[in-house]
Amino acid sequence: METIYTDLLSIGAGLAGERVAVEAAMAGFDTICLSIVPPRRSHSSAAQGGMQASLGNCAMGAGDNPDVHFQDTVKGSDWGCDQEVARMFAETAPIAVREMAFWGIPWNRVVPGKSTYYKGGKQFEKVEAKEKEGLITARDFGGTAKWRTCYTSDGTGHTLLYTMDNKAVETGVKVHDRVEAISLIHDGETCMGAVARCMKTGKLRVYLAKATLIATGGYGRIYRETTNAVINDGSGAIIALDTGIVPIGNPEAIQFHPTGIVPTHILVTEGCRGDGGTLLDVNEQRFMHEYEPTKAELASRDVVSRWMTHHIRQGKGVPSPYGYHLWLDIRHLGEQHIKTKLREVEEICNNFLGVDPITQLIPVRPAQHYTMAGVRTNKDGAAYGLKGLFSAGEAACWDMHGFNRLGGNSLAETIVAGRIVGIKLVEFLKGYEVKFNTEAIKDSVEKDKERIERLIGCKDGKENVYAVRNAMQDELMDKVGIFRNGKDLQSAVDNLQVIYERSKKVGLKSNGIGASPELSLAIKIQGMLRLALCVAHGACVRTESRGCHAREDFPERNDRDWLKRTLATWKEGDTLPTLNYEPVTKLMELPPGDRGYGSTKIIS
Amino acid sequence: MTRRLTFNIFRYNPQDPTSVPHTDTYALEEAERMTLYIALTKIREEQDSSLIFDFCCRAGICGACAMVINGRPGLACKTLTKDLPDEITLMPLPVFKLVGDLSVDTGTWFRAMNEKVESWVHSSKKMDPTVQEERMDNALAEEIYELERCVECGCCVAACGTANMRPDFLGATALNRIARFIMDPRDERTEKEYFEIVGTDEGIFGCMGLLACEDVCPKQLPLQDQLGILRRKMGWTAVKQLFGLAK
Repeated sequence: METIYTDLLSIGAGLAGERVAVEAAMAGFDTICLSIVPPRRSHSSAAQGGMQASLGNCAMGAGDNPDVHFQDTVKGSDWGCDQEVARMFAETAPIAVREMAFWGIPWNRVVPGKSTYYKGGKQFEKVEAKEKEGLITARDFGGTAKWRTCYTSDGTGHTLLYTMDNKAVETGVKVHDRVEAISLIHDGETCMGAVARCMKTGKLRVYLAKATLIATGGYGRIYRETTNAVINDGSGAIIALDTGIVPIGNPEAIQFHPTGIVPTHILVTEGCRGDGGTLLDVNEQRFMHEYEPTKAELASRDVVSRWMTHHIRQGKGVPSPYGYHLWLDIRHLGEQHIKTKLREVEEICNNFLGVDPITQLIPVRPAQHYTMAGVRTNKDGAAYGLKGLFSAGEAACWDMHGFNRLGGNSLAETIVAGRIVGIKLVEFLKGYEVKFNTEAIKDSVEKDKERIERLIGCKDGKENVYAVRNAMQDELMDKVGIFRNGKDLQSAVDNLQVIYERSKKVGLKSNGIGASPELSLAIKIQGMLRLALCVAHGACVRTESRGCHAREDFPERNDRDWLKRTLATWKEGDTLPTLNYEPVTKLMELPPGDRGYGSTKIIS
Repeated sequence: MTRRLTFNIFRYNPQDPTSVPHTDTYALEEAERMTLYIALTKIREEQDSSLIFDFCCRAGICGACAMVINGRPGLACKTLTKDLPDEITLMPLPVFKLVGDLSVDTGTWFRAMNEKVESWVHSSKKMDPTVQEERMDNALAEEIYELERCVECGCCVAACGTANMRPDFLGATALNRIARFIMDPRDERTEKEYFEIVGTDEGIFGCMGLLACEDVCPKQLPLQDQLGILRRKMGWTAVKQLFGLAK
């Protein structure tokens, strides 16, 4: 078996993984990132709109500072976040933005003088100060008190990812692309690396490392309708859960995005609404201001998603062959604005819908978008349960998002957490040596070899892996979606348990040789089901509504009983996860209160 | 009337000793707003689970799904079947190493390219996290972004006459990258240093000016202009070097 040794093994080479890796490489450590795609294809690139940092350079961001950003983030999380982490995050975000400027990001800059902007379909004027000319500017995004979202036109994720990978190339970070980690090597106390499958040759490899980082992004692809890339199937969360020790934090905290285009659910950016785009119903009339008089279309995305679903349920949806949807209208922003500031949106509409957004309406509906859930870590990014295991970015539950992430805080988290966890991980590496336990390595490899042989040889059955996955996705989409209730959630748990049994009988139709996409999915299908059960069971047990977790049968946010974080682990042989709970935060800087939008019923 | 589409797809799995390069044919009912992403995924999941191809963002952002579609390199995810005839022939991109069927290894190629052109801001300054960022004119930031939009899909390389004949040719994507850094005041490299990288036959002087690169670029990057500007610049640098004037 080919065995590769490194100081830091990052599983994932998106923004968070590479930022941590760059920090380690700059400190002189040997660093390898595994990535199932070439690193610049990571899903980080799809975050078009921008990243939040309270620079306060633009006119509408005047007076902004980390305190305001912190408060927005805690409120946004519906008090579900770790406030110590949210504080660190808000303080570090401006530094991270400037650091990225230093490394080459062409951030949009302040242009002095008068300009117009739209809010809620109305035109307003603002004047940018002469003395701020050329500093990093910001745009508006949902759920924030100030304009705080730094951007490069509508390719912010793209430029960040390219600049970060440039830095990785410069600092000698090695990236092994088309390699997928399929299990963590550990002895119950210490993580020693991972067993990985080369997706070019199909061969297994052992990676031994002093520190292992999970930075694989979210797990949106366990849902049928999602804005996530096809690679976001939760492989990092799965291998963590498979240890039986490392918990998934708040697995039920899943966010939906208001504007996935119908039918492909490709995301069109929140920037559309931030710049003044409006939502229309079947009568081509605005409705968000009726539900949210102040923020209207700019309320936080869980609120907007819920009202959209509500409005469709009121019979105001637009019928189509793909089910009911609503319209996004950006026509009034004008050709010049759309062709420059929202160019990717225009491209998406033309290329994937055959719609011209300058003259036509865009069909949209909410789709799964973000997993606040993830591998539970402490504030340094160290995973609970295993020494030498870390996590950062969307893959982690660090936990600055709680039950709802604000637009622009995801990109910000990747580079901010990447920086903070990177520094902590370097400290860890400097004072740490690991003993590689050859027995643990051999056990992992043998187990993985055997399950692959069983899948290829159809030793346990001939269940079709795609049929099993589809059944799982339907359950989650239909019963563990935007609105949840006890009856549906229990039914989802029951059905997912049956589907889980089916997943154990999967056998390949193809020969599984080489790159085999069927084998890639088959290897993780059981893990996906375990993850799906964590989501459904976690949601079923949480008898309150908080952030994006909206229970129709428990509409109140219940701070008396539920100001706590779910920790889900999976014991080998079980059919349900074990749920434990911990307080949401050690430090309560901002006491629980009203978000100022969304549901206001609170049990305290 | 829904059309019945015929897909002729190149098949070869280099890891399988029994596999030989050939074409397989699949039939599929066309549906409204069907892209090649939808079509190929359907074929794999319903007809042939051994079919190898790459998609990632499926939204034209990541560049993973470039392939030769009826003779022309392009992104499969942003190709609507309604824009294609009833018969659709799909081949992997040339130049890049084949992984299997329609999938090629662009990762290794682009990493080597990024190392060769040293695709990063070369700065002698040290980042000070406590001070305000350096200012930049917004128009310049947008100009840089315009060239930064390359998604490394490989279409321009696959369509390039020189790249198909000569494996050491940098390709339009690399030349565009250099143009992006020349434009960026944060990069302190000199004319001479840029010349070292691209002022050669493997670089700008290997370009035959066929300009298929711009024709097939899914991001509509202004490659023709950039290659022209770069050639002129490097030509001048070559002349200046003759007289010992290049910086």
